[in-house]
Amino acid sequence: MSQLTSEQIAAGEARSILPGENLEVVEGWGRASNSVAYVFRPSTFDEVRSVFELARQSGRTVAFRGAGRSYGDAALNAENAVLDLTQLNRILAWDPAEGTITLEPGVTIRQLWEYVLPHGWWPPVVPGTMYPTLGGCLAMNIHGKNNYREGPIGDHVTEFDLLLPNGDLKRCSRTENVELFDAAIGGFGILGCFTRITLRMKRVYSGLLNVEAITARSLDHMMEIFERRAAGADYLVGWIDALAGGSHVGRGVIHAANYLANGDDPHPERTLRVESQQLPDRILGLLPKSMLWRLMRPFMNNAGVRIVNSLKYHAGALLDRRRVVRQSHVAFAFLLDYVPNWKQAYGPGGLIQYQSFIPRGHAADVFRRQLVLAQEAGFPPYLAVFKRHRADRFLMTHGVDGYSLALDFRITPRNRRAIWDLAAQLDEIVLAAGGRFYFAKDSTLQAQSVEQYLGSEAVDRFMRLKRECDPEGILETNLYRRLFGARAGDEASFRGER
Amino acid sequence: MNLPWKHAIVVGASSGIGEAIARRLVHAGCRVALIARRADRLEAICAELNREAGWEVALAVPHDVHRHEEIPWLFQNCALRLGGMDAIFYASGVLPRIAPDEYETATDVETIQVNLLGAIAWLNQAALRFEKTGSGTIVGIGSIAGDRGRRGNPVYCTSKAALATYLESLRNRLGRRGVKVVTAKPGFIDTEMTHGLAGMIWLISADRAAELILRAARRGRTVAYIPERWRLVGLVLRMIPSFLFRRLNV
Repeated sequence: MSQLTSEQIAAGEARSILPGENLEVVEGWGRASNSVAYVFRPSTFDEVRSVFELARQSGRTVAFRGAGRSYGDAALNAENAVLDLTQLNRILAWDPAEGTITLEPGVTIRQLWEYVLPHGWWPPVVPGTMYPTLGGCLAMNIHGKNNYREGPIGDHVTEFDLLLPNGDLKRCSRTENVELFDAAIGGFGILGCFTRITLRMKRVYSGLLNVEAITARSLDHMMEIFERRAAGADYLVGWIDALAGGSHVGRGVIHAANYLANGDDPHPERTLRVESQQLPDRILGLLPKSMLWRLMRPFMNNAGVRIVNSLKYHAGALLDRRRVVRQSHVAFAFLLDYVPNWKQAYGPGGLIQYQSFIPRGHAADVFRRQLVLAQEAGFPPYLAVFKRHRADRFLMTHGVDGYSLALDFRITPRNRRAIWDLAAQLDEIVLAAGGRFYFAKDSTLQAQSVEQYLGSEAVDRFMRLKRECDPEGILETNLYRRLFGARAGDEASFRGER
Repeated sequence: MNLPWKHAIVVGASSGIGEAIARRLVHAGCRVALIARRADRLEAICAELNREAGWEVALAVPHDVHRHEEIPWLFQNCALRLGGMDAIFYASGVLPRIAPDEYETATDVETIQVNLLGAIAWLNQAALRFEKTGSGTIVGIGSIAGDRGRRGNPVYCTSKAALATYLESLRNRLGRRGVKVVTAKPGFIDTEMTHGLAGMIWLISADRAAELILRAARRGRTVAYIPERWRLVGLVLRMIPSFLFRRLNV
């Protein structure tokens, strides 16, 4: 391996090289990882097939990429091909009576809700931003603030077609190719390309939600509120002030939301309109939101975040009148879209998100230790989000009957090594508690940890399906090589990412 | 030395300045594709570097720079094997010994092939990539001999002057895209190439030259004399008017 032989070189000449004009620097959404790849933007699935063929001829691998909203290296493929599927974004069929929709993988959550809401439907599961593609959402099996009630998005998929690297299409549903159905959803795009996805929408009777803000004094208090509210709330999400220490560890603000019942909204035809959902594009009617991240930039340090968090918490506590306000679906669901490009506020080194999913009985203990460890290491997370979850049927799932805590860490060239070391420490606590991780967020996991939380049996099954769907090993990503490279037995060891 | 690159190509890495650059890059934690004609020497160097490092940091790539048609595939494949590509050093060169009355076209063509056309073929690939990625460092090893057309070796001087002009053009093309293009101009370096040359002054080792070249490249210097004291010599040489220069014995 430490040599290119003259035979290889002679053979190489005969093979095609990849077009240099397709070279691009491809970034993870958090900007803390990137790599150079040959990017292709097909507008038909025949073009997708031809990229498979080109990769085969030139000895390269192919990664699928949607909107590029995975935080880490899930949609990167260093020095190989990246298929950007965002142009494959047609809505193929829509039944407004049943709420069933069929779409191509490049359709975004935004396209989807804008299409169905005027008919009185809403996607049953949405992430914290409306920009991901449905292909990406299925590959990662994303969840929302209602995971404990509705499960992940995969629970609302009725069927899909999966294009394999050899050109075959496999129809998968709960009755057909069931094993592949359960593995490709959450299979981080490594088994095949979703070409046609059918989902069920949720009936809504208003464009508004009833939203209530509740202050939690500590992590135990937050969990207690979640436990009490879970049965009655359609959505629950907790913001945690990760810089608060001592007895305040885990303090924060919870938002609980409920759909309106039929008849509660006097003007549903008005609130269900797309225009009534739009987020304002100016703050206080003056400042364009596109500028806002620049104002946040000076506060993105331990002292700045401490002040902002403290203000946010105490303002929440002060205003905590248990008053229910009405908020649009968009305003409640897509918190991450309030400040466009907010990730830029983290500076050129970007951020990573560390999210772990812990069974209910251990959650409070694990998250308290994680927060304290991060504070002691001198790297308090600048954003921390707490959610309730449930277990699901999918092979590579991150779902547990418990809670998750998502921690955003600012990355700089100087702290990078230390943050990765901290993540390894956090991993140990998670694994000891029987917790899980989420490929859409991950940047730091190690192969043996994945094997441990998924179990060897699940990984064996997944790798068997991988060999069946992609015997030549055409589909790879940086994340796949990092976490499954040794299992796949490929030559990834010489391609040192990170 | 702390170096910013993680993946690099060194062309002409089986001896002299190229080998020294490759070794220093590897010692600084960079993964390097070592390219040269002499496969056995390359393999020995890579085996040694990989053994020292305890993992595969050096990739041996036997290649003759005359074979331009191989280069696009080789360049892409080095990037693939290494997992990236941030810098390229072109250090292949020949310095044929020429008699004062010798005009041997075959020798001259060979000199241009190795010193200039090979450089253009390799660095074009790097330019194509770095222009797209908006980063990267390109280093060409020129020579103080390229600063003036001297009587001793007309085509060697020509090859190094042309290389310097090519690199300047690359710099002007790529500088605005965030790419650094560095022309290193060594004086006399103690290598196989210079063995037996008469009248060498300020002689330094190949390793010292490599150190100075890497330092200049890290800083993104445009033209670096190796060592820097040759800059003054170059300046004086270039200022001497032609009618005087041809009477001098340099």
